Formats: sequence, structure tokens, C-alpha cells
Amino acid sequence: MNTITRYLKSLMLLELGKGAAVTLRYFFEPKFTIHYPEEKTPKSNRFRGLHALRRYPNGEERCIACKLCEAVCPALAITIDSTQHEDGTRRTTRYEIDLFKCVFCGLCEESCPVDAIVETGILEYHFENRGENILTKEQLLAIGDRYEETIAANLRQDAAYR
Amino acid sequence: MPETWWDQMLYMITLLLKIAAVVVPLILAVAYYTYMERKVIGFMQVRRGPTRIGPLGLLQPFADTFKLLLKEIVLPANADKFLFLLAPVLALAPAFAAWVVIPFNDTMVIADIDAGLLYILAMSSVGVYGLIIAGWASNSKYAFLGALRSSAQMVSYEIAMGFALIGVLILSGTLNLREIVLAQQGGLLDWFWLPLLPLFVVFVISGLAETNRAPFDVAEGESEIVAGFHVEYSGAAFAVFFLAEYANMILISALTAILFAGGWLSPFEGLWFIGDTFLGQGSIFWFLAKTLFFMYLFLWWRATFPRYRYDQIMRLGWKVFVPITMVWVMVAAVFSVLGIVVRGS
Amino acid sequence: MPITEIVFYAFSLVLIAAAVAVITVRNPIYSALFLVLAFFSSAAIWLLLEAEFLAIVLILVYVGAVMVLFLFVVMMLDINLAPMKEGFIRYLPVGIVVAVIMAAELLVVIWSKGRFDQHAFPLPPPHPAGYSNTKAVGELLFTNYLLAFEAAGVILLVAIIAAITLTHRKRAGVKRQNPSMQVRVQKDERMRLVKMESEPRQGN
Repeated sequence: MNTITRYLKSLMLLELGKGAAVTLRYFFEPKFTIHYPEEKTPKSNRFRGLHALRRYPNGEERCIACKLCEAVCPALAITIDSTQHEDGTRRTTRYEIDLFKCVFCGLCEESCPVDAIVETGILEYHFENRGENILTKEQLLAIGDRYEETIAANLRQDAAYR
Repeated sequence: MPETWWDQMLYMITLLLKIAAVVVPLILAVAYYTYMERKVIGFMQVRRGPTRIGPLGLLQPFADTFKLLLKEIVLPANADKFLFLLAPVLALAPAFAAWVVIPFNDTMVIADIDAGLLYILAMSSVGVYGLIIAGWASNSKYAFLGALRSSAQMVSYEIAMGFALIGVLILSGTLNLREIVLAQQGGLLDWFWLPLLPLFVVFVISGLAETNRAPFDVAEGESEIVAGFHVEYSGAAFAVFFLAEYANMILISALTAILFAGGWLSPFEGLWFIGDTFLGQGSIFWFLAKTLFFMYLFLWWRATFPRYRYDQIMRLGWKVFVPITMVWVMVAAVFSVLGIVVRGS
Repeated sequence: MPITEIVFYAFSLVLIAAAVAVITVRNPIYSALFLVLAFFSSAAIWLLLEAEFLAIVLILVYVGAVMVLFLFVVMMLDINLAPMKEGFIRYLPVGIVVAVIMAAELLVVIWSKGRFDQHAFPLPPPHPAGYSNTKAVGELLFTNYLLAFEAAGVILLVAIIAAITLTHRKRAGVKRQNPSMQVRVQKDERMRLVKMESEPRQGN
């Protein structure tokens, strides 16, 4: 008896029908895919993308060459040389980040006492030549200048949780 | 038989034009079938499929074609050069030749021959040669294994398919495809799919196996034998294999529509409210719509079912399908003798 | 010259060339493929005789099934040409005798006037419209030649059964999967849910 019902069931292709019904249902379901460059998924304000060095509103660099970020960097991606100015402040002469080494962990950002080094939400960038993977101080400052508003806004949003 | 020389030439030219009128749309249909496949399977996997090239990605097939045609055909070392290049042609030729006897409607058919169904069977069995020769000439074990698998599979499923066709022959009493359609006149419930339901199912599934499509695509079995018989092919030669496979799928869909779903006949024939309108009349549009439906089934099932294991494929073909079809052929004979299914009612 | 005649001579030429190639070509794959070509050409010649049923069945059965299996076997052989030529001289005398006998028989047939010459086989009259070759063959098979036809069927059936019993002998030490058992298997036959106390944490 059991055998007969089993045979009948398999001959009626019930299981195949069930499977086909599932795929047919998904055929009409709204699609997850978005058209990437035109549409983008929302991004967290904590997103860790390309790095930037910030300035104070008066135009002075925030970075005081304390080298905490260099020390904390797990991938050894940050290289800092520093010098002392005549007015007694310490400033970096070299601040480089090797993007090939960087793992975008965000520890540099967290360790920074003056919020100088930050990671922006930028994730679309590329290199065309060897050596371009190393971001120099000038480039980092330029990125910071350009995106200061969004960086500041993101930091403000997050300030309560720090 | 035309008499004068000019008559013969004219006859040949019209014949060539007719062939072109079938083959050119067929190639276009193959191109857009690949597009449809990517769209349908994409949709079933909650993706969008190609969208970039042209509006809605409609120019994608052309981009693919040009890419393939511009690529180099690599000849493997120690391959049999002549057979290697002959194989794609041998795969493609029968896939196109079979279309000669397909009736698009009551009058639109290139060759209205009496043994049309047998001719189709013969052409589909000849298609195996392209595969076998490709597998052997490539001088590669993967290609060879793929060729053995697919040809053994095709030869086995031809038997189940042939038996399924015998049921149709018994009910229609003719081998002529046009007359087979005419024997199904009378609306949705008079088509052969209903009295021959098991044969219909067996025919469609054997059609999948015959064209080496999922879930019977062990011939390509990426996980075991890379891509089967066409591993070594690239560029235009690969494109020709691709064309043959998809042309065969469209052919099987068209055949299913003709043999079991009333060809160009309308499903609403004889219904009092639409029987006289355009929808109630048989036309080439009905034929194309039915073919499209079966083409969709191919894609739907590819998106749904996982690949069969090879020994299970063979078991299904020989131990399940052949007995089922044999029994139902006898049932069909009883139907025919007792007059339960009347021809062209 | 009407087109049919051109077609006839073209296909006859191909047929003869292919037939010669079958026995002269070194590579057995090629000779099998030439045999396929020969079948095709003879099918085309049958088509000219309006015997489309026979022509298509020739392609369906011989080209589509028999030769495929043939190619299967030939392809899997490791073709080594040297040993195949070894016995050539030794068997040559026998071969020559057989060849001469066959040639003589053919010549006798061709030269015997009247019985096999062209007038004995005139072109069949063109068939009336609506004539079905398939139906004609069927009617002959199931009336005049019914006994022979059924006998052939029985012989084939016996051959099938014999072939299956020969290959289906049980051998010791062969492990087989049984797909229907595999498909039939239920969850509770393979899986056991176990309830157990959670173990206390180790160490501190």
C-alpha cells in the first residue's frame, strides 16, 4: 500500500511541481539588484573608506604627529616623519598610507586624539600606475579639504557614541 | 516537376528564399532566446539579468555574438583538424534542417512531406554526430567523456521520445505534421496533450534530455568534466555549437506545440463568445505563443531543478519512461479503436 | 539534363567514393564516418525514387543509432596501426581468392543479359497524388509479409534478452547503488535527534 502511494506520488511529479512553484513565485517578486552607478545602497555614517587628514577651521592641520595611529595600525600601513616648528609645535613632514596594506579597520581614526585622521565614505577609487597606492600627506589633506563637510557631519552623528 | 530551365531556376530561387525566411528569424530567435534565458533565470533568482547594453539590455545578444566571432579559434595540439572544424557544422546542420517540415500554419511550411515526423526524428538523431566527433577530435579526455555521456543519453532518450510519438501517430493516423495538427481540431480539450498526458510529460522531459539541457546537462557537468564536448572550442566554432543547442531547444518546443498542443490552432475554438474573433481563429501567432510557452518551460526548469546524476538519468530513460510510454501507447490504441478520441472532431 | 539526374549522379559519385574510402582509409574513425556518408548518399538516392519512408528509416536506424554505437566502440579503442598490418602478407592469398570470387559473381550478374540489365528495371511510374509510401510499406508488412515480419520481431526480442542476460550476470565484489532506494530514503531513517544535558563549563 505504502509503495503504491509512493509510486503514484512520484509519477504525479508533485515534488517537481512544488519546486517549480517556488521559482515561479520568485519570478514575479521585486528584484534585489540595483543599477549600481546610478543607484546606490545606503551607507552608514561609520563606513570606513578612503582616508583623509583634516584641518581646523582656521586652516591649520590637526595632526600633531603623535604617531599613535602609526603604532596602532595592525597592517603597518602608516608611515610618519615629524619635525618641530619654530613656534614649538610638532608637525608631520611625511604622512603616508599604503592602501595596499591598509585593511580599513578604522583603528587609526579611533586612536587619533585630535580627530585628524579619519576614514571617509569614499569607496570608488582606482590606481593607474605603480606607486599610486601610497597616499601622500598632500593627497590626504586634499581629500580632507574636499569632503570636510560630509566628514564633519558623519562625526557629529556619531559623537554621542564615542 | 517544373519543365524548362528557367522554371527550375525560379523554383530553386523561391525555395532558397523560403529557407532564408525560416533560418534568419530562427537565428534571431536563438539570439533572443539567450537573452530570454538570462532574463528569466535572473528573475527567478531575484536578479535583473542583463540591463546595460541597449534599452533593457536588448542588444546584449549582439554584443555576445560579436565578442564570440572576434575571438580566436584555438586548435588543440594533436587535434584532428578537419574533424574538429567539421563537428560544429554537423551539430548545426540537422538542427536547422529539421525546420523544413515544421508547419507554421495551415499553408506556411517549406516541405509538406508525408513522413515529416520521421524526418524530424532522423534529423535529431543525426545531431549526435556533431557531439561525438567534437569530443573525439578535440583530443581531450574531458571532451571525450562529455561526448560519450551526451551521445549515450541522446540515443537512450530517443527511444522514449519515439514511443511518445507513436501515441500521437496512433491518434492522428498520419506522419504528416500538418495533418497531425488538423487532427487535433476543436479547442483546448481536443488537443492530444489530454488523452496522451503521460506521453506529453515524457516527451517534454525527453526533449530536455535530448537537448542536453538542465536538469539533464551532465554532458556539460562543469563540476566534473569542465564543459563537456565543447571544452576545447572557442570563438566562432563555440558560437556554432551554442547556436545548434538553442536551435534544437526551439525545435523541441515547436514540436511539442505541434504534436501535443494543437500547433497553430486556437484554444478557444468553438467557444460561443470568442469563437469567431481573431483569438478564436487558428493563426501563426498561436503557434508562436505555444512555442514560446514551451521555450519558457525549458528555462523555468533550468532555474528550478538540480542536475541529475548520470546513472539516474539512464535509469529514468530506460526503466521508467520506456515502460510508461509502452503502456500508454496501448491505451492510446484502445482510445483510437473505441473512438474515445476522434480525429479532427 | 533534368535536375533529378544531376542529383542522382552527384550522390552516386559521393556514395561510391565514400564506400571506397571506408575500406581504404587507415583511421577506423574515418572509415566509420565515411560509412555514415555512404548511408546518407544512398538515402538521398532512395528519396529520388520517392521511397522517402525507407530513406528516412535508413538514416534513423543506421546513421542515428547503429553507427553511433559503432563509433562509440571504435573511439574507445586504442588504435595502434602497426600490429594491424602484421598479418597482411600471411592472409593475402585468402583475401585475393575471396576478392576474385566476389568480383566474378558481380561480373556474372552484370553481364547476364536480360535478367539484371536496365530494361529489367524500368523507372517506376510516377505515383498518383496522395500516394503514401509509408502506408504502402505498412500495408505490405502487415498483409503479405506478416509472418516474416513477426518472426523478425521475435528474433530481435530474443537477441535483446540474450544480450541483457549476458551483461547482467552477477559478479562477486561489485558494489552498486540502487537509485530507487536512494530516492525513497526518509529523514528518520538517516537522522536521529538526540536530547542531552548541556555539559558544565570546563576549567575556570
